[in-house]
Amino acid sequence: MLNRISRSNKFSLIFTPFLFLTQPTLAAWYDINMTKGVTTVSNEVFDLHMLIFWVCVVIGIVVFGVMFYSMFAHSKKRNPNSATFHENTKLEIVWTIVPFLILVLMAIPASNTLMNIYKDVEGDINIQVVGYQWKWQYKYLEDDIDFFSNLKTDWDEIYNKTPKGEFYLQEVDEPVVIPVGKKVRFLITANDVIHSWWMPDFAIKQDAIPGFINTAWTVVDKPGTYRGKCTELCGKNHAFMPVVVRVVSDEDYKEWVSNKKAEAYRMSELTEKNWTVEELKTRGEGVYQKNCIACHQTNGQGIPGIFPPLTGSDVVLNNKAKNIEILMEGAQGTAMQSFANQLSEVDMAAVITYTRLAWGNADDGNGEIVVPKDIVEYKKPKA
Amino acid sequence: MSYQKYYVPESSRYPIFAAIALFLLVTGAASTINDLGKPDSNSVYILYSGFAVFAITLFFWFRTVTKEHLVGLDSAQLKKSFVFGMAWFIFSEVMFFAAFFGALFYVRNFAVPWLGGEGEKGLANILWEGFEASWPVMSTPDLGSAFSLPEKNMSWPGWGHAMEWLPLWNTVVLLSSSVTVHFAHLALKNNNKRVFNIWLGITVGLALTFVGLQVAEYYEAYAHYGLTLNSGIYGSTFFMLTGFHGFHVMMGGFMLSVMLCRSVFYNHFDPHDHFGFEAASWYWHFVDVVWVMLFLFVYIL
Amino acid sequence: MSAVIESHEQDHHHGPPKGITRWLYTTNHKDIGTLYLWLSFAMFLIGGAMALVIRAELFAPGMQIVEPEFYNQMLTLHGLIMVFGAVMPAFVGLANWQVPLQVGAPDMALPRMNNLSFWILPFAFIVLLSSLFMEGGAPNFGWTFYAPLSTTYAPPSVTFFIFSIHIMGASSIMGSINVIVTIMNMRAPGMTLMKMPLFVWSWLITAYLLIAVMPVLAGAVTMMLMDIHFGTSFFNAAGGGDPVLFQHIFWFFGHPEVYIMILPAFGITSHIIETFSRKQLFGYTSMVWAMTSIAILSFVVWAHHMFTVGMPLAAELFFMWATMLIAVPTGVKVFNWITTMFKGSISYETPMLFAIAFVVLFTIGGFSGLMLAITPADFQYHDTYFVVAHFHYVLVPGSIFAIMAGVYFWIPKWTGNMYDERLGRLHFWLSFISVNITFFPQHWVGLAGMPRRYPDYALQFADWNMVSTVGAFMFGASQILFLFIVLKTLMGGKKATAEVWESSRGLEWTLESPPPYHTFTTPPKVN
Ligand code: HEA
Ligand code: HEA
Ligand code: HEC
Ligand code: CUA
Ligand SMILES: [Cu+2]
Repeated sequence: MLNRISRSNKFSLIFTPFLFLTQPTLAAWYDINMTKGVTTVSNEVFDLHMLIFWVCVVIGIVVFGVMFYSMFAHSKKRNPNSATFHENTKLEIVWTIVPFLILVLMAIPASNTLMNIYKDVEGDINIQVVGYQWKWQYKYLEDDIDFFSNLKTDWDEIYNKTPKGEFYLQEVDEPVVIPVGKKVRFLITANDVIHSWWMPDFAIKQDAIPGFINTAWTVVDKPGTYRGKCTELCGKNHAFMPVVVRVVSDEDYKEWVSNKKAEAYRMSELTEKNWTVEELKTRGEGVYQKNCIACHQTNGQGIPGIFPPLTGSDVVLNNKAKNIEILMEGAQGTAMQSFANQLSEVDMAAVITYTRLAWGNADDGNGEIVVPKDIVEYKKPKA
Repeated sequence: MSYQKYYVPESSRYPIFAAIALFLLVTGAASTINDLGKPDSNSVYILYSGFAVFAITLFFWFRTVTKEHLVGLDSAQLKKSFVFGMAWFIFSEVMFFAAFFGALFYVRNFAVPWLGGEGEKGLANILWEGFEASWPVMSTPDLGSAFSLPEKNMSWPGWGHAMEWLPLWNTVVLLSSSVTVHFAHLALKNNNKRVFNIWLGITVGLALTFVGLQVAEYYEAYAHYGLTLNSGIYGSTFFMLTGFHGFHVMMGGFMLSVMLCRSVFYNHFDPHDHFGFEAASWYWHFVDVVWVMLFLFVYIL
Repeated sequence: MSAVIESHEQDHHHGPPKGITRWLYTTNHKDIGTLYLWLSFAMFLIGGAMALVIRAELFAPGMQIVEPEFYNQMLTLHGLIMVFGAVMPAFVGLANWQVPLQVGAPDMALPRMNNLSFWILPFAFIVLLSSLFMEGGAPNFGWTFYAPLSTTYAPPSVTFFIFSIHIMGASSIMGSINVIVTIMNMRAPGMTLMKMPLFVWSWLITAYLLIAVMPVLAGAVTMMLMDIHFGTSFFNAAGGGDPVLFQHIFWFFGHPEVYIMILPAFGITSHIIETFSRKQLFGYTSMVWAMTSIAILSFVVWAHHMFTVGMPLAAELFFMWATMLIAVPTGVKVFNWITTMFKGSISYETPMLFAIAFVVLFTIGGFSGLMLAITPADFQYHDTYFVVAHFHYVLVPGSIFAIMAGVYFWIPKWTGNMYDERLGRLHFWLSFISVNITFFPQHWVGLAGMPRRYPDYALQFADWNMVSTVGAFMFGASQILFLFIVLKTLMGGKKATAEVWESSRGLEWTLESPPPYHTFTTPPKVN
């Protein structure tokens, strides 16, 4: 394990307490400081951060300087007889007022930056960001695009069975895509518990509160892939729901939008297709891995007391109608959310079929399967 | 004043029993609540045993304190400790209610308007289409079946219906009980025990009346108004505030009745030294003030 | 009639009763203080062991020793136990020992209630810790238990958690009432408020904060209980409530709570610094005013924990400015301490070493606090390890160091034996070095973007996390040495004089060491 510590850091292992000032030369600055980010706001925030940092350093040097001096010069050995003063009103007034003035000087730029951040009006592009346990949903309000963004890192990497990739825990299957130079506004909310959408490079961190909407905006001038995280404890897989934003040129963005729309169309065509049990089961396994495993676990055994097992569940074994219902509607007031908007008809049918057949459920239950048409049927308004 | 010895009991077995009682109470309460709906659960007996131990312990504890007082072990200074102690205890109760009043203030001025599309965070309304902010909240943001929507609320019904409006009567009852307990106090100071007992008796009677009316109000709410704990935030704040207040009325009423018994059966109170009674009456005034706030913020405004 | 009063014979014997009932039934402030201190130390070890689980898991990226679900339980219990089980009871224990001695009172004002305040706590922690063995596991929503993760989505053990908070609150309230009443009513004749020792002052203010905010916490958990089990919607937007309402109520308690964990430390530090500088404390009056202002301000800054929940601009600005203001009175205290040392005649016994480290490291923690108060910057810091570093700096080399300083300072008085000075200094240096190794790098990983409450993290944070874990184990091991030193002092050692220290000031030093079981049965005169 120790070989992961670079040589310079082995050195610092010993000298950490003293490293505070020399550190920049030993490790890359960005490894230990706030990111500057790529927007005007994030740069302003960074400058603010450095400003208060240096103010604190200077105050610290003065204050500790006096203290270390007297620790040295006024030790019992050097100064056997202590002075007797214990009050000085003038001095006390000075050290009340001077810090106050310093604070006022810091508060001015801070308040200005804050007011800039709050100048939040309609964006060119409005994206609704919804936090789920444990993934993000992105809805492009103008373009009718709607998808989920899941952690891509393999669980084998997380459990140290395979080597970790470069973007370990910072990669998703589908990043949000936004165009360069446009004002993008995020409408942030959540479906279950509180999450928080953090993109350090834009200096945006906004809590996603179920039932309420918070907003944040950005204009990014530099194309690239930016990585952030969920920063509000949201349950077991809080560490495993990263945020990735791809900023692309205007043309690329337009192309991406039309591709996304075409994809949605292809999806609806799939619904019409006649599916075999095997096809559904295979597809379902994939869907399960991505959407259900976090709670109901690898073998459908669940976690006692919080997430019920699907293996041997009466609903899954014998009650097809109820099974469809619980996936479409969710179970009110529990972590079991509605998957109706998250999964296509095909994926919905596939995952239900899969859970009804896997882990010996096929033998114990009635083995009925669910096909996409069932879901379409369920969705039709009931007369 | 010359120095009086401060009485420090050498040791006491009551506190540890009280602590054990609290332990039984909380484990009992928690497991009973977790087992709600499970018919074969026995947890409630732990809860009962906790109550029993607690009641017995407190009885003996207070009896001992009373006896110490009667044999003159306490000093003026010790009495002052009790006075301060009670005052700070009441302050802690004030802060407990403050939490609930604060919650009421927040939902009325911020959460509900935002959900209804008003104010700085009004964007939230796109998640709750069709919800309009109003107070009392007669329909919840989620119009689904999860909530029992009330048909009527408890607010001021207008002068035409004022006479059938229970909270008004409750206010009359409770305010007058504050007056009667004060008369009792005056009587006691004049060393008029009989009059003291009568006024205190009336106060206890008014406390019972209040609780009775409150029960009637809750019955109305559940049976005829469809207003329940499950009616969204209006029901939540309404029942929690009035419920905790009602609970405190019961506690205060209980304290006053204990004082009544002590006076009637044991003739415990001295015209110049009767802190037990005073503490109970302070508590009673405090409960009364809370009601006035409730009347204002829950019912009228 | 007096025959039934168990204690009427108190004038006949003066020593403590024998056996276990001494501790179960005691009404003696010294015994109760001792009980509090031992409970606190036990909790510190348990909470620390949980911290070590956390640190071990974070030693390297990837999940290795615990599951994320269990990590969250450790995190929650670590926070709760350290706050409610280690720091708060330790200060109450010190108050029990010292306040009556320092104000010249025979005991605490309400001795039986004092015993009850203590004995509730072990039961409360049994309830809390037993949740580890319940179906669904222990509370896993962080020590701040934000709804709805702690309501709708919580494991069943949350009900037990709620009730255990209730009785801890009851214990704190009773304990604080006792402290306030003792201070207000039992001071020796002549000891006016402005002559009170600063530790007493600090506790007067702390107790006031406690009585003001513990009931609010009780209200918050009660609302949770109702939301979970009885259908109310305080924290549920669907019914017209708001999850953020929970945070407002919690932090209205929570922010004063952090000052509850530091004000008594200020008091202890003041005594130690003046004693070992052999010079009267500089600026007594402004010390009192500073603590009072901190306490008052602490009620109007709570939302600085919530800058990212999306409050209206006016609220963000107000809470930023109010929070920054706290640096002024705190600065006054720091300057006073340093000026006390200035031109003193300083010696460096263990309590002084801890007190000096307290001043330096607490101030560093205060600086990072000030950075966090800058709202736009907090958008980047919030919920990262920068926050973790901030609060461990004010809590571990802050509160915990002050508690240890206090123990070293007063233990000769309590036991009549001097502790082993060489071991004490060793303990200090080990703790001082390792605490910085543990928590300083957390500033860096935090700034670089590592979120808190993560059981696993991206590769660029690996190095510093490893360093931090090594430091944590060193720090933990050093505390075993502390246990050893305390036990050794209890067993024997050089006898301590009444004054113990060369330049000690205050009533407690007029008593022999150890003080008799009952002290100040007739109050001393102060002039
Ligand atoms: C003992 C506990 C303690 C203490 C004393 C403090 C002290 C302070 N804290 Fe801290 N804080 C915590 C415990 C504490 N905190 C905890 C536990 C959390 C996290 C809770 C959680 O989320 O789990 C937290 C979180 C926290 C946050 C929220 C961060 C976030 O979640 O995003 C903020 C933001 O403003 C903050 C600010 C401050 C400030 C301004 C002070 C000030 O009081 C500091 C004042 C001191 C100084 C400034 C230094 C000395 C002064 C001078 C030498 C004078 C001159 C200086 C200047 C003019 C700069 N704290
Ligand atoms: C006073 C409070 C206090 C104290 C003293 C500590 C002490 C320590 N804390 Fe604490 N910590 C908190 C309060 C405190 N913490 C809070 C409030 C949180 C936030 C929780 C949340 O997010 O909800 C937190 C969170 C927290 C985290 C963040 C976890 C995360 O966000 O994912 C980390 C990680 O490093 C950590 C580490 C430590 C360490 C290493 C110590 C060390 O100082 C501990 C040292 C002590 C020991 C190691 C004990 C010694 C014992 C042994 C060596 C042997 C044990 C043997 C037996 C039991 C027989 N703490
Ligand atoms: C965030 C956690 C979570 C996720 C993700 C999740 N579930 Fe669930 N699921 C639950 C919980 C909690 C319940 C229990 C609900 C209740 O108490 O009624 C549940 C209940 C169920 C039930 C009913 C079981 C029974 O015996 O009553 C089925 C079927 C089910 N889930 C299937 C799925 C499928 C299929 C997926 C993926 C597409 C999935 N769940 C994803 C948490 C989750
Ligand atoms: Cu989602 Cu943390
Ligand atoms: Cu705070």
